[in-house]
Amino acid sequence: MGSTANGKTLNLKLRIWRQDGPAAVGSFLDIDADRIPVDASFLEMLDLINERLIEDGVEPITFPHDCREGICGTCGVMINGQAHGPEKATATCQLHMRKFNDGDQIVIEPWRAAAFPVLKDLMVDRRAFDRIIEAGGYISAPTGTPQDANEIPVPKEVADTAMDAAACIGCGACVAACPNSAAQLFTAAKLAHLNVLPQGQPERWKRTEAMVETMEDFFGSCTNHGECHEACPKEISLDFIAFMNRDYIKSKTKNRSLASQ
Amino acid sequence: MVVLDAKIPYGPIAEKWDNHKFSVKLVNPANKRRFDVIVVGTGLAGASAAASLAELGYNVKAFTFHDSPRRAHSIAAQGGINAAKNYRNDGDSVYRLFYDTVKGGDYRSREANVYRLAQVSLNIIDQCAAQGVPFAREYGGLLANRSFGGAQVSRTFYARGQTGQQLLLGAYQALAAQVKAGKVTLYNRSDMLDVVVKDGEACGIITRDMLTGEVHAHSAHAVVLATGGYGNVYYLSTNAMACNVTAAWRAHRKGALFANPCYTQIHPTCIPVSDEFQSKLTLMSESLRNDGRIWVPRQFDDARSAAEIPESERYYYLEEKYPSFGNLVPRDVASRNAKTVVDEGRGVGPLKNGVYLDFAASIARDGVDAVRERYGNLFDMYERITGEDPYKLPMRIYPATHYTMGGLWVDYNLMTTVPGLYCLGEANFSDHGANRLGASALMQGLADGYFVLPYTIGDHLAPKLGDATVPTTDPVFSEALREVDQRTRSWTQVKGTHSVEHYHRELGKIVWEYCGMARNETGLNKALTEIPALREEFRKNVKVLGSPDGVNQQLEKVNRVDDFMEFAELKVRDALHRAESCGGHFREESQTPEGEALRDDENFAYVAAWEWQGPDTDPVLHKEDLAFENVQLTQRSYK
Ligand SMILES: Cc1cc2nc3c(=O)[nH]c(=O)nc-3n(C[C@H](O)[C@H](O)[C@H](O)COP(=O)(O)OP(=O)(O)OC[C@H]3O[C@@H](n4cnc5c(N)ncnc54)[C@H](O)[C@@H]3O)c2cc1C
Ligand code: SF4
Ligand code: FES
Repeated sequence: MGSTANGKTLNLKLRIWRQDGPAAVGSFLDIDADRIPVDASFLEMLDLINERLIEDGVEPITFPHDCREGICGTCGVMINGQAHGPEKATATCQLHMRKFNDGDQIVIEPWRAAAFPVLKDLMVDRRAFDRIIEAGGYISAPTGTPQDANEIPVPKEVADTAMDAAACIGCGACVAACPNSAAQLFTAAKLAHLNVLPQGQPERWKRTEAMVETMEDFFGSCTNHGECHEACPKEISLDFIAFMNRDYIKSKTKNRSLASQ
Repeated sequence: MVVLDAKIPYGPIAEKWDNHKFSVKLVNPANKRRFDVIVVGTGLAGASAAASLAELGYNVKAFTFHDSPRRAHSIAAQGGINAAKNYRNDGDSVYRLFYDTVKGGDYRSREANVYRLAQVSLNIIDQCAAQGVPFAREYGGLLANRSFGGAQVSRTFYARGQTGQQLLLGAYQALAAQVKAGKVTLYNRSDMLDVVVKDGEACGIITRDMLTGEVHAHSAHAVVLATGGYGNVYYLSTNAMACNVTAAWRAHRKGALFANPCYTQIHPTCIPVSDEFQSKLTLMSESLRNDGRIWVPRQFDDARSAAEIPESERYYYLEEKYPSFGNLVPRDVASRNAKTVVDEGRGVGPLKNGVYLDFAASIARDGVDAVRERYGNLFDMYERITGEDPYKLPMRIYPATHYTMGGLWVDYNLMTTVPGLYCLGEANFSDHGANRLGASALMQGLADGYFVLPYTIGDHLAPKLGDATVPTTDPVFSEALREVDQRTRSWTQVKGTHSVEHYHRELGKIVWEYCGMARNETGLNKALTEIPALREEFRKNVKVLGSPDGVNQQLEKVNRVDDFMEFAELKVRDALHRAESCGGHFREESQTPEGEALRDDENFAYVAAWEWQGPDTDPVLHKEDLAFENVQLTQRSYK
């Protein structure tokens, strides 16, 4: 494969998880990955490996990806035991091979969590996240009904906090990194986004209760390890989990109209 | 015989939409539940449409090939969304947004549609704010705006550098609420591979379950496509990897006319290609042009680093050529000029394929912190990709394919030439003419989905009250099912020698070379022989491994590349026939003495809508003449 801008390449030893389907037994495939350009992204490295596998008549490795810009949340694999790999605040697709050294061994696995069954090779099913959103991760504002946007002023700090939380890309790294496969960070991010805003107040307690309980139906419980935050490509704050826990307790008060006081 | 009737309503332009809303047929609230509507695509346009139709009471089936609606390509939009709110009191108005959009599109769009777009832009912001989209705010709590892409007013709303993400999440959440309410059935990982037509009307679709490989038939009273643009025909683009033309192309083969496929927007500020193995190009937000200065060395083949080149030997070509707009000229002008200087041999970087975007002056003027505050995220992204620090070295940029203005032809109701088949968002051709203004695609997608289709679809549905949908046991469905299944399975039988990726890359090279930023007759004719030859070789020699009965990413892609191979030919044909330059379509034969795009209004003020005639027959061209009653046609000038 052709010229690279600066000509530097790496020789790597890859161990990649292969699994035919959800019910199949998986195993590692060892590959000597030679001449990997340092300017390639991690996923372009996998593209190259796949091209070579195809040439050899071996079915290429299935891996999830789409935007390759760190925003769609489709990509994500465990790289040497770390969700999204070694670079902080970086999704797998934004990781580049210049972060690795010649001769490195790289173990590549799918997210491991009961709620995220492996579909094939490195691709998992994250639909449980959609179920949490469906449970209440929205503000009911049917099309065409709202007033002029500037009639709902939102203090800048509040808008900024909402945006910090809303930056979650739904990748699932938090769950994959958690020893308990808990989804607190993902759920808290959406709850905080909506619950801090004035528009989010009418459904606040109902939303909190429904989302937290749906989360518990699918995922493990949080024991405050903080691994989720370390793995999160968007550096979603652990403070949102504390906020969610407080809101959940309030959502259980008998007279909810008092919870907001 | 196809007759293009745009169904433009009567009356003065400002009253057309109101007149139309009054005159279209309505389905009464209690009867809406008696209609099934299929929506393919759950990006901004599709998710907003599906949610709004479900809120009205229709039964909606929504399809996406993604694992979740939240992954649609809309998520990647950075800059913002326009609306004529005039919150800044700087002279904006519906009319001005309308005027700017028609002019920006180089007078190749339909006035009535654009005016409606500008009108409903107001409602979009209200709608999204109510959903909790965290738009940027001023300290007083009101919405912030910025000027974008050289607009003379501040009408762009934004959510940090993630506007598309936040708008899409808003629409996705509205959709999720309807899924919960049981009004939308969501089919994820479902690839639509055909549109089904009976007695000339759209009656359903065929999908492939991407987990099991099974094909399924779905029937409905109307089918809505909101499946995005075709930028990946170039292989390298800023689009997400999975963006494709399949849904629109399959509809085209079933009778929907394809309009203006040669119109493509090449965005000026992307990171240049660095390697042969490169899989996609990354956009650096246009806002960078507000502070960065674009230059190349005056000297040809200059091997010195940027720092070694003295000020007097730097060629700030945009500032010199366009003193009044400078670095903020429209996208097409900025892109073409970058190509010119690189082709001349003034390109920079290891492959000499870029131009500098230099922040040294603004860092000196405003300080590093101010620049970091404005562009920190973008600078980090640039460094991650290139390994270079843009605070110290100028960025290198080069144009890349970004957006496609062409698409399925639709009338004022957003209906294609196949009754019952609608098309929204980037997939249709409707509002941007030959060039799209920054921050206007998000606006159009949401306008179509939230505020246009929910009104106009009733016109088609109302007369069908009480009609059952065509049963999926009908021969039109079983025939289509068989064809889709056969086509998909056949790829694993080819057992050729080259990967799907290889052929996609080869196709991209041809289309970029001959139908990219500048086009000419000789090149386009060359492409017209090279593309069919490549297509034939691809069909005989592609190598698809694995089974069709389960997850198979190669198999998903081979269908898409196959459709791109056919589509590319139409695109080139359209570019060849349009012997004028306009917007993003630059024909070298048609330029002013200064090298600017020269329109030919006398001969080309029309929409070119192509009709499929079968695989071995040339398509037929239909023309929708464009009448400009409210905007004076002028030659754009940014000097
Ligand atoms: C990097 C980037 C930045 C941008 N920034 C801006 C900006 O700042 N402002 C602006 O206004 N515009 C911007 N744009 C343009 C804008 O984002 C897009 O034009 C717009 O989001 C398209 O929305 P859509 O709903 O039409 O399509 P998409 O978001 O592409 O959605 C398509 C949907 O269709 C589905 N689909 C497609 N084919 C099939 C099939 N065969 N079967 C099943 N499902 C299918 C997909 O799964 C997806 O759900 C940007 C574009 C890019 C690439
Ligand atoms: S919280 Fe972070 S890690 Fe978890 S899904 Fe969101 S972005 Fe990914
Ligand atoms: S591929 Fe979209 S976030 Fe990585």
